[in-house]
Amino acid sequence: MIKFENVGLRYGLGPEVLSDLTFQIKPKSMQFLTGPSGAGKTSLLRLMLMSLRPTRGLVKIFGKDATSITPAQLPDIRRRIGVVFQDFRLLDHLTTYENVALPLRVRGKSESSYQTDVTDLLKWVGLGERMHVLPPVLSGGEKQRVAIARALIDQPDILLADEPTGNVDPPLARRLMRLFLELHRSGTAVILATHDLGLMDQFDARRLVLNQGRLQIYE
Amino acid sequence: MPDVLYSIKGGCKSMNDEIERRNEPRPPMPSPKQTVGPHTRERRLHSGNKIVPTETIAGQALISVIAIMAFLACLTLGIVTIINQTASDWQGDISREVTIQIRPFDNIEMDAAIRTASRIALNYEGVSKVTALNDDASAKLLEPWLGTGLNIEELPLPRLLTVVIDRDKKPDFVSMRAELLAKVPGASLDDHRNWVDRLNTMAWAMVMIGISILALVMAATVLIVVFATRGAMAGNRDVVEVLHFVGADAGFISNEFQQHFLQLGLKGAASGAAAAAILFVGMGLWSSIGDATPQGDQIKALFGTFSLGWTGYVGIFVVLILIAILTAFTTRITVQRYVNSLYSYNSTGE
Repeated sequence: MIKFENVGLRYGLGPEVLSDLTFQIKPKSMQFLTGPSGAGKTSLLRLMLMSLRPTRGLVKIFGKDATSITPAQLPDIRRRIGVVFQDFRLLDHLTTYENVALPLRVRGKSESSYQTDVTDLLKWVGLGERMHVLPPVLSGGEKQRVAIARALIDQPDILLADEPTGNVDPPLARRLMRLFLELHRSGTAVILATHDLGLMDQFDARRLVLNQGRLQIYE
Repeated sequence: MPDVLYSIKGGCKSMNDEIERRNEPRPPMPSPKQTVGPHTRERRLHSGNKIVPTETIAGQALISVIAIMAFLACLTLGIVTIINQTASDWQGDISREVTIQIRPFDNIEMDAAIRTASRIALNYEGVSKVTALNDDASAKLLEPWLGTGLNIEELPLPRLLTVVIDRDKKPDFVSMRAELLAKVPGASLDDHRNWVDRLNTMAWAMVMIGISILALVMAATVLIVVFATRGAMAGNRDVVEVLHFVGADAGFISNEFQQHFLQLGLKGAASGAAAAAILFVGMGLWSSIGDATPQGDQIKALFGTFSLGWTGYVGIFVVLILIAILTAFTTRITVQRYVNSLYSYNSTGE
């Protein structure tokens, strides 16, 4: 689904922050992306999300060379990728329900076609009683779950989650991890960026370890 | 619930339940049909809120700026319209009359000359009336210079005939002048061309100055609206980015913002235009109240009636629509530029 070949990235004229990355994300796979803070996890996720262009190397998304993807094709590709941002990026003027429904709304779907899906998903992530609440009054963990629900609502082929457990306490982190595992079992390729080694030790999954811009893969 | 979650093997009712009962056999997840019912609609659920936030400080500031600029633009437009109308009225009044002057000579029979001149003038198509100023009227005309009790017959004063012209058809002044010169000794025809030409020049200059000021105000309005819109847009960059990342295409994002800012533009422009229109209506009423007084008559003679007329109000409406469209168009261009920068896969080393 995603293929990197000898990919390198530098910001401006600075040193390469990512060097010679060669790996593949297979369909229905589960992997952790880890490494110390500042190792380039977020940059790598942005490369996968096509919000950054590599300085060198080849990036293929869903079998297409990323450089050949036109702006008109990009929204369709983005719709196949669910993203959970480290800072959630919820729209503060929309309710929890509306934030989760947003991906479906921008696709032009009618409200009647997704209302049940959204409410059930919110109940499933434990926010059934918080549907009408605006994000500013949600706790960090609740915001995180809203962001996750928004990423999942349209059944993406790939889920990219940047430190999805970084703002929550350990019990909630484990809960969220189980959610991702459930999602993986349902057929979505999941890439979780985290530096929480303790959490990773509790779950058996492929590990992509970034260190000083280089990638090591532990199957 | 999306199908993908229903297909999860050993699904659960909620994530919390799943954690609490993870050591127990998991009951199947509820299907959508099972969950649809009154309990899922206890409170009204809808995505009615606008994707672009409406109640923002930047939005309110933009409305105020647009209202002020629309007011100034409409005010300038109205003043230019009034100047134009007043100048046209002056021109119309002056050009509706010409004067025949008969200078006295020793051997001239003045009454006969007046009759002849009147007859000649009335023979021309476009002349509706000829009036000779009688001795009393001439004396009254000269009263400011020569005082009262004047015996006008003792003075060698020229006699004047006012010739009233039809509004729609003008007589052939060249032929009329030639015939008067030939048949009435000492007669001359003053068609006020000098006055009309000067007035034309002055009115044209005033209208041009007014149009230049209007153009400047409109240009300032355009620039201020553009900058204010871009400023208000800057506060919505996060919204654009989120929409982009959840898969919205450029057209969707542009339409959402354009609709929102068109409403802001309409609100602001309508407020400013309404204020200007009310001001003109008020000034019109004020000038009509003073109609009966000498001061009112003087003001009316100089400035007309302060009445815009329907063309002026149509102009104000057009300015209103233009400003609203300009706001929406600026928004569309700004959003499209920003979205294109997000969509272009060339942002190495941001």
